Amino acid sequence: MYKYDAIDRQLINERVEQFRDQVSRWQAGELADDEFRPLRLQNGLYIQRHAPMFRIAVPYGMLNAAQLRRMAHVARKYDHGYGHFTTRHNLQLNWPKIEDVPDILAELAEVEMHAIQTSGNCLRNITTDQFAGVAADEIIDPRPLAEILRQWTTFHPEFAFLPRKFKIAISGTEQDRAVTWFHDIGLHLKVVDGQVGFTVIVGGGLGRTPIRGEVVRDFLPWQDILTYCEAILRVYNRAGRRDNAYKARIKILVQALGVDAFAKLVEEEWAHGKGGPATITQAEYDRIAAHFTAPAYESLGETALPEEKAFRRWVDRCTQPHKVAGYTAVTLSLKAHGVAPGDITSEQMEVVADLADRYSFGELRISHEQNIILADVKQADLYAVWQIAKENGLATPNIGLLTSMICCPGGDFCDLANAKSIPIATAIQARFDNLDYLFDIGEIDLNISGCMNACGHHHVGHIGVLGVDKNNDEFYQVTLGGRQGNQAKLGKVIGPSFAANEMPDVVEKIIKVYLEQRSDEERFLDTFDRIGIDPFKNRVYEGRAHGKAKAADKETA
Amino acid sequence: MAQLIKDKTIAVDTWKTLELAESETPETVALPAGDIIFPLPVWQARKTEIISTCKRIGLLIQPDERVEDVAGDLEYFIVIAVNFPKFVDGRGYSTASLLRQRYAYQGELRAVGDVLHDQLFFMQRVGFDSYALKDGKNAAHAVNKGFSSFGDVYQASTSQPQPLFRRRS
Ligand code: HEM
Ligand code: SF4
Repeated sequence: MYKYDAIDRQLINERVEQFRDQVSRWQAGELADDEFRPLRLQNGLYIQRHAPMFRIAVPYGMLNAAQLRRMAHVARKYDHGYGHFTTRHNLQLNWPKIEDVPDILAELAEVEMHAIQTSGNCLRNITTDQFAGVAADEIIDPRPLAEILRQWTTFHPEFAFLPRKFKIAISGTEQDRAVTWFHDIGLHLKVVDGQVGFTVIVGGGLGRTPIRGEVVRDFLPWQDILTYCEAILRVYNRAGRRDNAYKARIKILVQALGVDAFAKLVEEEWAHGKGGPATITQAEYDRIAAHFTAPAYESLGETALPEEKAFRRWVDRCTQPHKVAGYTAVTLSLKAHGVAPGDITSEQMEVVADLADRYSFGELRISHEQNIILADVKQADLYAVWQIAKENGLATPNIGLLTSMICCPGGDFCDLANAKSIPIATAIQARFDNLDYLFDIGEIDLNISGCMNACGHHHVGHIGVLGVDKNNDEFYQVTLGGRQGNQAKLGKVIGPSFAANEMPDVVEKIIKVYLEQRSDEERFLDTFDRIGIDPFKNRVYEGRAHGKAKAADKETA
Repeated sequence: MAQLIKDKTIAVDTWKTLELAESETPETVALPAGDIIFPLPVWQARKTEIISTCKRIGLLIQPDERVEDVAGDLEYFIVIAVNFPKFVDGRGYSTASLLRQRYAYQGELRAVGDVLHDQLFFMQRVGFDSYALKDGKNAAHAVNKGFSSFGDVYQASTSQPQPLFRRRS
């Protein structure tokens, strides 16, 4: 894992002091609310429904045990003793006091953590795949380049006041697990004729206008990634719309110009920067990559695991093939039934930190599905890990299944919400509480957002749920067939929305259609692709001819 | 009056910016004498006249105006002022980067408009060397703290054309 050197450390300490000064000038009235707002946002500090909300960065999802312990401590001392992992490698605290934030930052800085650019109209935290470095299908480890990009984005002077937020994701595996098609820039590492480079995707995004990104360059040598990103950002900074926040993302610019014209502008801009000082050197790559070398793996054979059914079930769902024989990557589910998806208490953080120290070289990963990963567990230790995880509510064997949904904080915490999302998640979890049934249903991504900003990624859920507001009542719109990964695609809306209390039934009906229609081994998504949306629609709105008409009336009202 | 910070000290501003009344156009506006900063459209409409009458010429660029359009004229300007109508409008940073890096502009580069303490560090990095700080702001505090927020920087830009990784020992 990357360790700060003296300059990295100095920079985040200076950041703490800068923010302390900004908070005190704001308190003294020298900085107006409007002036303070972008400054605090660039430090992950929102003002939300109940209280400020504070977003701590976990750059490309990598953490060590000491950092997680510190987050546990911070959540306990300055908040209500828990945090919420997001879809963007961040931890959110929902109740800190603004005046405490400089102290929180100082405590985080001691363990090389920060909240830099976790929000605001700037270059955000870089994200990647939670199995980077250990995935069996990895082509190139994306972490050294993610760190190089992190440094480049940090306090970039030209791009701190962009038209809108800007998110970059990087993936180095055959199967994309970083949602690269739905980021402002999505980077896919690949090897062509022995040369390492990127496919560069630009202009994807979810939110109110969801758009799948477009390839602006099929192959870019890795050394050129910073100069090329500068070119993209400069074109966007100058030409992106600033008159309307909803049309300000780069995806709108790419669509307005057309991808070819956009790519041409970028190439023209890049012609000036290409080969310049920001071209990455092999020495720098090697220096950074040395932080991401493999831990001291032992040579182990494959280990036979105990037969116990509950344990096997967990192994089936919560472990992932590993590059190295005898090891496995374990996902600790933060999707226990009845708990808000992604929530973790300070006690749980400490348990996880101990697990990492004992069983996984002291390191951890955060996934965009809001779970925690122990990436390097010996198969022989799995049983012990499972027992500790189980005692602490972290071993729900539901990874990839219906109840392991992605869910945004929604109306319980977020000011922008049209509807609550956590109670919908909880109600669906309660309905599908039978593990055998859940296993039988198999792989399904259910994603829930409380408004069209799409923080819960509902567009790319196999089943997506979106909170909508109608006459001040909370309703939910359902989409089907969305997906992340290499074939990433937006889901389709099935029809009029539903009341909160209908949602478990609606999901159950969708599942029933699938179970009736599936052929052997077919996953939900395959069945959906084969039979299309109508059978699902018909079942869900069956007997609601009147209801449907009524709901439709309401919608146009 | 905006307070001018130049070369990291509080300075006296000798320049006036030409403002057009509603009834005036770049073609019709009277050209005043003295150290004048001309809006870009006025410069474009009256270039020859300005060159023949003014000793010292300044230029004002708005966020949506393209430096490319005056790239050939830069030798005439003692000062180029880049306007930030709102401090959150970041186009001026790219304007400054282009002026310094691509077009090698050597004269005074001034940030004007909604210019605040907390932007100074970034502004100096893209090549500004003078700042018309927004009215009512504490210029002394800004001079003291605004430029020295960080002791080093990661990425290449005007004030430090070598990225940190080429300078790390
Ligand atoms: C409660 C505080 C939050 C606020 C105020 C907030 C605000 C927003 C807004 C305004 C957008 C739309 C941006 C745009 O289209 O330009 C957005 C999008 C998004 N947010 Fe949040 N958000 C919050 C929490 C979260 C959380 C907890 C997550 C992760 C679970 C998250 C992840 C995302 C993602 C993935 C998008 C979609 C970005 C895209 O267009 O691709 N946000 N958020
Ligand atoms: S999707 Fe909407 S409700 Fe949910 S966190 Fe994002 S902005 Fe808030």
